[in-house]
Amino acid sequence: MSQTLEKYFVPEPSTYPLMGAVALLLMAAGASFWVNHLEAGPWLVASGFAVLIYMLFGWFRTVARESESGKYGAQVSKSFRFSMMWFIFSEVMFFAAFFGTLFYVRHIGIHDLGSVDGNLFWPAFKAVWPTAGPLGELEMTMAPTITFGKAMLGLALMVGAGAAVTYAHKPLEHGKRSQLQLVLVLVVVLVALFLGAMSLDWLPAINTALLLASAATLTWAHWSIRNGNRAQFNIFLALTIALGVVFLGCQAEEYTHAYHEGLKLTSGIYGSTFFMMTGFHGLHVTIGVIMLTVMLFRSLAGHFSAERHFAFEAAAWYWHFVDYVWLLLFIVVYVL
Amino acid sequence: MSAVTPDAVHGHDHGHDGHDHDHHMPTGWRRWMTATNHKDIGTLYLFFSFIMFLTGGVLALTIRAELFQPGLQIVRPEFFNQLTTMHGLIMVFGAIMPAFVGFANWMIPLMIGAPDMAFARMNNWSFWLLPPAALLLVSSFFVPGGASAAGWTLYAPLSLQMGMGMDMTIFAVHIMGASSIMGAINIVVTILNMRAPGMTLMKMPMFAWTWLITAYLLIAVMPVLAGAVTMLLTDRHFGTSFFNAAGGGDPVLYQHVFWFFGHPEVYIMILPAFGIVSQIVPAFARKPLFGYASMVYATASIAILSFVVWAHHMFTTGMPAVTQIAFMYMTMLIAVPTGVKVFNWIATMWRGSMTFETPMLFAVGFIFVFTMGGFTGLMLAIAPADIQYQDTYFVVAHFHYVLVAGSLFALFAGTYYWIPKWTGHMYDEKLGKRHFWLSMISFNVTFFPMHFLGLAGMPRRIPDYNPFFTDFNQLATVGAFGFGLSQVFFFYIVLKCIKGGPKAADKPWDGAEGLEWTVPSPAPFHTFEVPPVFEAPAGHGH
Repeated sequence: MSQTLEKYFVPEPSTYPLMGAVALLLMAAGASFWVNHLEAGPWLVASGFAVLIYMLFGWFRTVARESESGKYGAQVSKSFRFSMMWFIFSEVMFFAAFFGTLFYVRHIGIHDLGSVDGNLFWPAFKAVWPTAGPLGELEMTMAPTITFGKAMLGLALMVGAGAAVTYAHKPLEHGKRSQLQLVLVLVVVLVALFLGAMSLDWLPAINTALLLASAATLTWAHWSIRNGNRAQFNIFLALTIALGVVFLGCQAEEYTHAYHEGLKLTSGIYGSTFFMMTGFHGLHVTIGVIMLTVMLFRSLAGHFSAERHFAFEAAAWYWHFVDYVWLLLFIVVYVL
Repeated sequence: MSAVTPDAVHGHDHGHDGHDHDHHMPTGWRRWMTATNHKDIGTLYLFFSFIMFLTGGVLALTIRAELFQPGLQIVRPEFFNQLTTMHGLIMVFGAIMPAFVGFANWMIPLMIGAPDMAFARMNNWSFWLLPPAALLLVSSFFVPGGASAAGWTLYAPLSLQMGMGMDMTIFAVHIMGASSIMGAINIVVTILNMRAPGMTLMKMPMFAWTWLITAYLLIAVMPVLAGAVTMLLTDRHFGTSFFNAAGGGDPVLYQHVFWFFGHPEVYIMILPAFGIVSQIVPAFARKPLFGYASMVYATASIAILSFVVWAHHMFTTGMPAVTQIAFMYMTMLIAVPTGVKVFNWIATMWRGSMTFETPMLFAVGFIFVFTMGGFTGLMLAIAPADIQYQDTYFVVAHFHYVLVAGSLFALFAGTYYWIPKWTGHMYDEKLGKRHFWLSMISFNVTFFPMHFLGLAGMPRRIPDYNPFFTDFNQLATVGAFGFGLSQVFFFYIVLKCIKGGPKAADKPWDGAEGLEWTVPSPAPFHTFEVPPVFEAPAGHGH
């Protein structure tokens, strides 16, 4: 028998999973009631949500304590890394369903509706995107007002900034401080140029810039914790969270604007895809902000060290994933 | 009553008293509700899936009773549609999938020499999400408007029109999806990170390989299903137009998104069955598995191809001919890796020193009957011919040949093969064989006539039919009740084995290979807390 291997940590029996199951049952039953206008619905959802929050607090607190008390060996750390990657992969596939939907309605569904047979039913229907379909007229769209050339230039700069912040992880990994700083400055410059090309009074462009900048600040925060500089880590993590919150504020402003101008979730297929895709993305930004905030509080409580901070890295992976989704959204939902 | 009792742990001569886990092992309901032990959770999955199997079976028998004669006798047509829908959903999400996850929980840590699953608490959550989902599905029968009646595929626009039962189904699917994704992540991480030293990927037992690939499929497609039903929900209640042509959407879009999930889902339900059969056939042929590497590559090929064949479910929706042809050829291509598998199983048996205990009977039965389901699948893949078969009983016959004679028979085979390890007792061999023959005969009596019904044009999901179809329908109903009773008999055999029986040796099958046979029977509560030494059996890898 090999005795050199450490024992894998297997936790004690726990009531949290059961609590989570009860929470989801309450929420699912409550939501079914709610959408069918039964009075108990909102109350059930609220109580389920309360149980869920309690459960998440308790469960994550337990994991954080186990981690801080050194119960997780190298093999357990590896399990956490693997699981976070696979979880993000599942999220990618969730968004893929909606990107696929947008592709289908724009390039297949609309043309089917506009075909000769379709015209028998809806003579006035024009098979062009954006559309609210045969029975509705769009009052506004999210398409940019700038010229095509400028938009393409902006997209090129955006892709450049995204690539640069991705590349920044190489000097981060190899501990090359000045090279990392150089790349992150390049990201900021590219983001500024992007804003210049896209026009400053177009909210989606500002949102793109906010998220790209937040990726840069987060990468610098990562550098700080790897080098044991907790004060700087806290500052840059807080800055990242602030950028995320401002993004959500801008998104709320954009939605308000859209609803005033007459673009709603109910505005046919254009409204459906626009609000569902940006809405689910916004929900994921919210979750990312919560994750990063928890990491900030844990850091303030003295958790993490230069060597052990995977919870933060997992949250950072998630944040970068949410960023990438936005860049793709920006291209196919807003610009193209 | 359970497979592993605390007494069995302490009574065993390895003496686990020194290990800190045992001190807090709860008893009674807490043991099951708060379980973090992979064997306990595996047992929970297996019992849950059997309860759901009986529930779905009762719905099926109600359907068959109604179809015993033409005309309407027992149920109203709208209730009949609820029965077919719920039968499908309960069998797929409640019976077959959880049963395979139960096998994965019990056997994968034992087969790869791991102390437990990678995330033991999350493992518990994955299981305990299932009863709430089942509760939502079953109780939807009792709300105004009844359960969902749109078919298990929940096609729009039907699914946009139902009452509250449909919403409960949507949320149940969300919860089961979350359960599956967490369970699958757990399995992938366990297999990738917790194998005994020396067990490289290409030396893993086939069951672990097939589950690794299945779990990958689950993580890839369950979120897509979540997206599809979410769009249904917002179309129903929040005014979106994804599947509503009047708003610029398209009901056919739902079918695309659903089957992008649905076709890989089919392989999610059969790949672990391939794994089980690949463990059993070598054990009873007393020869190593023929073509281990080609088996791995065939499994991976099936998984990759499963992402590019979905539209063969939609040949009659008016797709362009070129699309139909592309999907037709991709679909037929799947016959190649599947053929490799069937060939390898037969080659494993070739000149083997064969005996036919119950697990082997079910495994050989699986190969024979599943292959018939594969052939009808090829017939359905032919786009021009499919226009005739679409939505007839031929399709019903086809997918019951692969899901019942495929997945379910493999589950039976696996149960008989590993139950000595679970309970410490041998099952009653005579009764087991009887269960096999009863199941095999009644299965074919039920579903073989459906091929002819379908080819003659009898549509599926219809409570009434032309009197012309009566004879075959009566035969199928008789077979179905026989099949149902055979499974009650199976439950008796399992209970009898749990309660007692001849003591099982650590390795009750002389030709069996693998780490699971190196631990005592019944397997102690904690196994492989220190990784075991792994030596590849002859013929596995290089």
